[in-house]
Amino acid sequence: MKEKTLNWFYHNSTIVLLVVPLLIIALIADNIGDNLIERVITVLFINLVIVLGLQLFMGNSGILAWTHVGFMGIGAYASVLCSMTPEAKALTLPNLYPVIAQIHLPFLVSILIGAVVAAFAATLISYPLMRLSDAAAVITFFATLIVIHVVLIRWDVVTNGPRTLFGVERYTYLWTSAIFGIITVIAALWFKESALGLKLRASRDDRYAAASIGINIVRVRWYAFIVSAFIAGLGGGLWAHFITSFSPSAFYLSETFTLLAMLVVGGASSVSGAVVGTVVVTLAREVLRGIENTATFTQVLPVDLLGFTEVFLAIALIVVLALRPSGLLGSREITWKRKRKVIPNGNGFETETNPEV
Amino acid sequence: MITLDFLINAITLGSLYALIALGLVIVYGILKLANFAYGEFIMVGGYALYMISTIAPLPWLILAILAVLTAVAVSYFTELIAFRPVREKSLTALLITSFAVSTLLQNAALIIVSPRAKAVPLPQLFSTSINILGSDVPVRNVLTIITAFAIFGLLTLLLRKTVLGIALRAAADNFKMTRMLGVPANLVISAAFIISGLLAGVVSIFWVGRTASVTPTIGAAPLLVAFIACVIGGMNSLLGAVVGGFVYGFLFSFLSLLLPQGLLDYREAFMFVIVILILLFRPEGLIRNKYSGERVG
Repeated sequence: MKEKTLNWFYHNSTIVLLVVPLLIIALIADNIGDNLIERVITVLFINLVIVLGLQLFMGNSGILAWTHVGFMGIGAYASVLCSMTPEAKALTLPNLYPVIAQIHLPFLVSILIGAVVAAFAATLISYPLMRLSDAAAVITFFATLIVIHVVLIRWDVVTNGPRTLFGVERYTYLWTSAIFGIITVIAALWFKESALGLKLRASRDDRYAAASIGINIVRVRWYAFIVSAFIAGLGGGLWAHFITSFSPSAFYLSETFTLLAMLVVGGASSVSGAVVGTVVVTLAREVLRGIENTATFTQVLPVDLLGFTEVFLAIALIVVLALRPSGLLGSREITWKRKRKVIPNGNGFETETNPEV
Repeated sequence: MITLDFLINAITLGSLYALIALGLVIVYGILKLANFAYGEFIMVGGYALYMISTIAPLPWLILAILAVLTAVAVSYFTELIAFRPVREKSLTALLITSFAVSTLLQNAALIIVSPRAKAVPLPQLFSTSINILGSDVPVRNVLTIITAFAIFGLLTLLLRKTVLGIALRAAADNFKMTRMLGVPANLVISAAFIISGLLAGVVSIFWVGRTASVTPTIGAAPLLVAFIACVIGGMNSLLGAVVGGFVYGFLFSFLSLLLPQGLLDYREAFMFVIVILILLFRPEGLIRNKYSGERVG
């Protein structure tokens, strides 16, 4: 009996071990009261939402998906169009369709609508894409990201074209983003162990074996993709109401690189890895940005350091991938229990076997 | 409507695109790596042309050769340093590494040179044009076509007549089997990257030659071209890459000619929609290969 209780605790300790430190980070940032630190931690939690959205699909299906930044963009624009006042919209988007121009909704409703729109877009375009794997999938997802980007840039009635969209009110503060971040952590952990998550992971580890026991791989991937686009859209909405003015170029390759770095440094196939990676990379990035800006403004060094942060992150990413291709944590979740057999499979992503199950 | 002018332009574009695609596919065929850093090799070639010309006043031809060699060197060293350690472990890691290398090179150019466009020296020949059958054709276009076909010829010879070439082709068909037969993996992959770098270097001269300037983000456009061309032609064969390059060049020229002004901006989106459709309905591309197997459902 006692053994059973302990086992139950071991299995569910990950949630506590991830959520408590995140709460502590948020509390510390809140209590220091420093504006800069508060902003950094807010960004951290927004990143967490988006990276976990990416992890939910990429980590569990093993498919490298580039499209999520596009869905983040769709979520951002859709939510902003709902939350802005008609006057602000008239100022920045004079040619907006009258139906949308009249809408003025509360913040929470707006970001949920943004997420739903992103998920809807994903539902429409992604079903056929789910048939692909490996390199064909990579190029197709990449192509999809470019199509979304071109549409965002050219549909200037809604997005103000390649120019900056301004006039968004700030709604996302430290605790807003922290609460969403923590909910997403719990959701991602829950998804991983849900029936859908298990089927998806089975299809990742061996697609033929998974198909042979009756898993409809395309459908399972499709559902997961929609859920993850929803989360990415939610993250986009949060981000938009934090940054308050942005342009489509924010949702493109450099953002993709940053998010992938966050996901891969920690380990794409576990939620813990995504959380650790997001925390480490966000903090490292802010420190490096600080150095970059100081050096550029004070002219201490003979060269401009513009781009220094990206160079450093890229090198760090290459080193991590060379030494630990499945990330710092691999596919392990952080739990109390340390004794777990790990066997590598053909993908290089480690698979864990649990003797109790 | 279709004039000689248009034809020569389309062939120029097609042969340039075919070169670009070939450089990507030669690595893809063996490693199954869609090398995101490939566009940056082209950028490196352009910057080498600019930087060497500011250091030493050499004849242009030597500058161009040095630029090509720089691209080759960068391609080879990225393979050695970044790709080799990850290669055996996971395709996803390999792809992300190539994306990281791309970001690294781009931002390195930003730091070392400047975010602003730099003028690149070009010979007088590039800006003159000659008269062929009554239409003015830029010499640059003629040079592009001649160089491209010379390279196709040389590569065909290399791939058909030499041991290395046969090993490369065998590896592209079935890498595992080739290794079992005693062909060293490192040698084949390094050779593929060197050829890829060589093609990128040659392309960079002509690509930069179109605008006479180079920026850190110049590699993005050729990378996309390479992706599209490979998908159209078939990712698993070198011939497919060449065919895909030409088809893309012609398609793009036709779209530019036929699309109304308002839709011209969406040209790239159209191209990518075509790519997605091809991947869905004929994922092996125009040129089939026995060994392609990407589809799941």
